[in-house]
Amino acid sequence: MATDIIIHDKKDNVGVVVIEKITPKQDCDCWIMEDDSSTSIQSLDEIPLGHKIAMADLNEGDTILKYGHDIGKVVKSIKKGEHVHVHNVKTKKW
Amino acid sequence: MEIPKSFLGYKRENGRAGTRNHVIILPVDDISNACAEAVANNIKGTMALPHSYGRLQFGADLDLHFRTMIGTGCNPNVAAVIVIGIEPKWTKKIVDGIAKTGKPVEGFHIERTGDIGTVMKASKKAQELVMWASEKQREECPMSDLWISVKCGESDTTSGLAANPTVGNLMDKLEPMGVHLCFGETSELTGAEQVCATRGATQEASDKFMKTWNSYNDFILKEATDDLSESQPTAGNIAGGLTTIEEKAFGNFQKIGNCKFIDVLEPAEEPTKGKGLYFMDTSSAAAECVTLQAAAGFNIHLFPTGQGNIVGNPIEPVVKLTANPLTVKGMGEHIDCDVSKILTREMNMSQAGDELIKATLRVANGRLTCAEALGHKEFVMTKLYRSA
Repeated sequence: MATDIIIHDKKDNVGVVVIEKITPKQDCDCWIMEDDSSTSIQSLDEIPLGHKIAMADLNEGDTILKYGHDIGKVVKSIKKGEHVHVHNVKTKKW
Repeated sequence: MEIPKSFLGYKRENGRAGTRNHVIILPVDDISNACAEAVANNIKGTMALPHSYGRLQFGADLDLHFRTMIGTGCNPNVAAVIVIGIEPKWTKKIVDGIAKTGKPVEGFHIERTGDIGTVMKASKKAQELVMWASEKQREECPMSDLWISVKCGESDTTSGLAANPTVGNLMDKLEPMGVHLCFGETSELTGAEQVCATRGATQEASDKFMKTWNSYNDFILKEATDDLSESQPTAGNIAGGLTTIEEKAFGNFQKIGNCKFIDVLEPAEEPTKGKGLYFMDTSSAAAECVTLQAAAGFNIHLFPTGQGNIVGNPIEPVVKLTANPLTVKGMGEHIDCDVSKILTREMNMSQAGDELIKATLRVANGRLTCAEALGHKEFVMTKLYRSA
């Protein structure tokens, strides 16, 4: 069954858009690879293929989890359904 | 899918097998490029490997230069070699290193003869070697004769979701058949380094990995003038949705599947601990990394890409795969294996791994890669520091 968003791990708080783009207020199907389960989310932003969507409300200083691992910190609060990228997340390295 | 037990390769004098049958004209140094290219132009079916270095290097940097030159000549994808340098001593050192494989190799130096005389002498020998090599036939070789290196490039989130795990699936299936495997990209494991270290087959291998990563990270921190946000992730990575080096690293790391690495290699170092997976300390720049892996003796390369890296190598065929449907649509002439159906859930990871095994074996048996057909021959030496 096709999906709009793929999430690597149950613990992850972001998912990846795998269709050409999603538009604001779109109801999206999500597939969680780790346990082959499904969930859904309504988007707030337009998000292109390969970019990430927040699966939960996130505050400044929170850790982004993908592959079940720490991939950086939130530097500007993010609402569930918003685009997650370099404008609101930074590395903890370098 | 039942995995084939063999492929058709060129058996070499030292027991290795090649997926290609090149006769190369190898310049020792930058100023011998013109001569090497003239010989390759004279004698059809030979190939010059011009590069930018080889003068006034010293210490570990010079050792790496020789290791890369000799290793390139020793690679089983190479049938015979002409070495051309300005001076006799370094030319002979490279010839002697390659001769240990038992393959035909001859050196020429330009001093006291000049380009024209050297081109004439080297061309006569190159003609003899290429005509000799042209009679070599492919023979059945066991899968364990495949030495597979991997590196990803122009990665995006589809790399970590699908293309890199496809390579991991191939590794999981081929490792038990006795192949040699190699991954690298020290800097691009940053963020995933602790998890990567746990994949050492022994405590010694894990410790060696952490020592290598720490050394590279210390160097980056020392030389960095900003937060590297223009370099890692690259603009292409960011356009593709990758936000941080950590995210890129965990995606990168998917390429080794569930395998454990048995040793950590210096750049261009030939593995000596037998079959299995090795980590090599390399730059994360595509052409540099593949050049080092080819010099270590790997005879076929798998290159997953997201946004569409186009790299090739003169002696080691580079098989490209992607899961990004926009890359397949926009630049399909660079893609040997399309696994974009993973994203639409029309293909699972095991099916994708099987498709990649098929594509790899077709190339091992002689099918040209996209990069070969398009003329990509990026031969890029890694230089460690300034020359004397």
